[in-house]
Amino acid sequence: MRQIAIYGKGGIGKSTTTQNLTAGLGLMDKKIMVVGCDPKADSTRLLLGGLAQKTVLDTLREEGEEIELDAILKAGFRGIKCVESGGPEPGVGCAGRGIITSISMLEQLGAYTDDLDYVFYDVLGDVVCGGFAMPIREGKAQEIYIVASGEMMALYAANNISKGVQKYANSGGVRLGGIICNSRNVDGEKELVEAFAKELGSQMIYFVPRDNMVQRAEINKKTVLEFDDTAVQADEYRSLAAAIDGNDMFVVPKPMAQDRLEEILMDHGLMDI
Amino acid sequence: MDPRDIVLDKYSSKVYKNRKEHVITINEGEPNVIQADTRTVPGIMTNRGCCYAGCKGVVIGPLKDVATITHGPIGCGFYSWGTRRNKAKGDENTKAFGEYCLSTDMQETDIVFGGEKKLKQAIKEAVEIFHPECIAIASTCPVGLIGDDIHAIAAEAEELYGIKVLAFSCEGYKGVSQSGGHHIANNGLMKNVIGTGDAEPIKYSVNLLGEYNIGGDGWETERILKRIGYHVVSVMTGDGSYDAIKNSHTADLNLVQCHRSINYIAEMMKTKYGVDWMKINFIGPEATKKSLRDMARYFNDPELSRRTEAVIAEEEAAIAEGMASCKAVLAGKTAAIYVGGSRSHHYINLLKSLGVEVVLAGYEFGHRDDYEGREVLDTIKKDADSKNIESITVTKDPDHYKERLSEQELMALRAAGVPMEEYSGMWEDIMDGAIITDDYNHFETEEFLKYLKPDIFFSGIKDKFVIQRSGVASRQLHSYDYAGPYAGFKGALNFANDVAMAITVPVWDMVQAPWKKEPLLEGSLGGMESC
Repeated sequence: MRQIAIYGKGGIGKSTTTQNLTAGLGLMDKKIMVVGCDPKADSTRLLLGGLAQKTVLDTLREEGEEIELDAILKAGFRGIKCVESGGPEPGVGCAGRGIITSISMLEQLGAYTDDLDYVFYDVLGDVVCGGFAMPIREGKAQEIYIVASGEMMALYAANNISKGVQKYANSGGVRLGGIICNSRNVDGEKELVEAFAKELGSQMIYFVPRDNMVQRAEINKKTVLEFDDTAVQADEYRSLAAAIDGNDMFVVPKPMAQDRLEEILMDHGLMDI
Repeated sequence: MDPRDIVLDKYSSKVYKNRKEHVITINEGEPNVIQADTRTVPGIMTNRGCCYAGCKGVVIGPLKDVATITHGPIGCGFYSWGTRRNKAKGDENTKAFGEYCLSTDMQETDIVFGGEKKLKQAIKEAVEIFHPECIAIASTCPVGLIGDDIHAIAAEAEELYGIKVLAFSCEGYKGVSQSGGHHIANNGLMKNVIGTGDAEPIKYSVNLLGEYNIGGDGWETERILKRIGYHVVSVMTGDGSYDAIKNSHTADLNLVQCHRSINYIAEMMKTKYGVDWMKINFIGPEATKKSLRDMARYFNDPELSRRTEAVIAEEEAAIAEGMASCKAVLAGKTAAIYVGGSRSHHYINLLKSLGVEVVLAGYEFGHRDDYEGREVLDTIKKDADSKNIESITVTKDPDHYKERLSEQELMALRAAGVPMEEYSGMWEDIMDGAIITDDYNHFETEEFLKYLKPDIFFSGIKDKFVIQRSGVASRQLHSYDYAGPYAGFKGALNFANDVAMAITVPVWDMVQAPWKKEPLLEGSLGGMESC
């Protein structure tokens, strides 16, 4: 079982990328579970065809201790098992603690079955506190992919997340598998992200081009692969899935100092924009 | 080497560098400077409590007609309930909730989703069951982490139920000790309670500040004050009430017993309402007599002075015989005394009148002024930790400010030795050569026991049994074990009896651990057969 956590700046397309990627892996007949670690609980919407999922934490709150796995785990596209951790409304409580609670709950309920090839954690935003690092703590996810684009803030966030990965790499054995570039059509984007990934000691594992097909599929509550598997973008996601499936480059990232990060951005002309 | 050096010698250089400022020997004639109210060195088994303990446990908890809700997991509420022996009685006019422990009992889901709904529900239930005039909310650590807005909830509840709802953000991790919690509680009472009542001023009225009625101390003090003819408007906060504290601004004089926990209110009431404050001490007959005479001098009424002397004479006569027989037993003994704040100082005097010298003393959370006196206040450096606790400033209340005595009159009183807005700290009464340990810990407790061999060690529940098992008598001065009151004249005799009993019946010294008499292992030499 490969346990993979997807991180990246808020709004960069982590959930969309994760679901299209897992759909691609599903089409390769892999057995997959996706754990959404975002209080908004929208990490599995495309796989399930809507927000059909009751979250682990809501169930815990309403039903007390008596929780059946079936109540929180639903099968979506290609039998992909979907779980939403859930969490509090914005501005209250502790979402980080919620993730810790819900992952422990999933373990106790036996959600991690041996027949699974992949478990994906789709984690919200930056690694702001200990709770959001849960998937990479205690040896849960062994692989991290960071979704980024050629935009400066996305790379700042990616560098920051690498610091978290580096911390837990020493204690928990987690490794960075690469940067997934979710293109924003920024000038020189591919080269920049490649240079950035190289500086981290990692790789840009795939460059996903921008295509409105993604938005069309999303509005229909589907992944591109389910919505129109003849689309060019469907091929891109299939290739991304293949790249992840065949990936053998796992490193302890070397996050860079602010100055060096800005230097790379300069080299690739981003500062001129 | 003197005992201080022997004990400190065991520390690593880094710890030594810190502790040498906190552990000092009192030297005659020198200004004795001590370091206090700073962070405890990690790893040291400190006896300190937390901010919540200081706010809810010490200052707010004793208010009998206030339904105090601990917002947090259940342990904080339970362990701060009843153990401090701050007694309270209700009557037909005043409700008393002391026997109840109100808590939101936060669970994991409340941490994740926020505890605000549960707190609102708890307030609703408290209102429906107890119909209190006032509710207090005290935050524990997790509330600060998840950011429940208890102040907004308090404001909303005030409007909804038409009662006073106080919120205290006294999360345990704030500050370096309980002391921060006292300050937060003082601020809350000053901002929201004091001065909100409309009672008419009464002649010869006082507030008793920093008296928590442990074992009934406050009742005994009040009994004496009433005999003389004083009117006690409010007590902060032992057996105190919201109802009374509302009107505390109408009193003529504030009497400050525990300087550490309540000096903030005393100072602010002086600025805002013009209420003078005086440091008094009702522990020990000598200190009590001085305090009563200082009060008489303040009010400067011949009749009051006459009654003061008459009551003193009567009260003193009643205990004279008992005190003398205890003194016969205790004279020449030595004591160690470690309590939280001001009490370590207060008991030195009482012990002296029993012929007992204090050779070792310290505070858990006292500040430098509690040791060295208020004259060092200006020289205390504010650090990041103390700045982190809100310090409020008040201004003259145009409607309620009234000058009691003029500045000249106050100066004259000070010149006559009446401590108006003065406190000279523990140094005033501690003997030369005594060792002082600030923020004491278990290691130092055990080591000093060995080298100083005091006959009795006054402390709390956390070290009492360690001390007893090493053969030394111990009495708790946080909770008075099961006894009290110890205040005033009769209280002094109670104390004398308890101490004499503890020292003359050293049961723990008579018990010998089995491993000190016989070997723990038994065996025979093997390998003999083949020879």
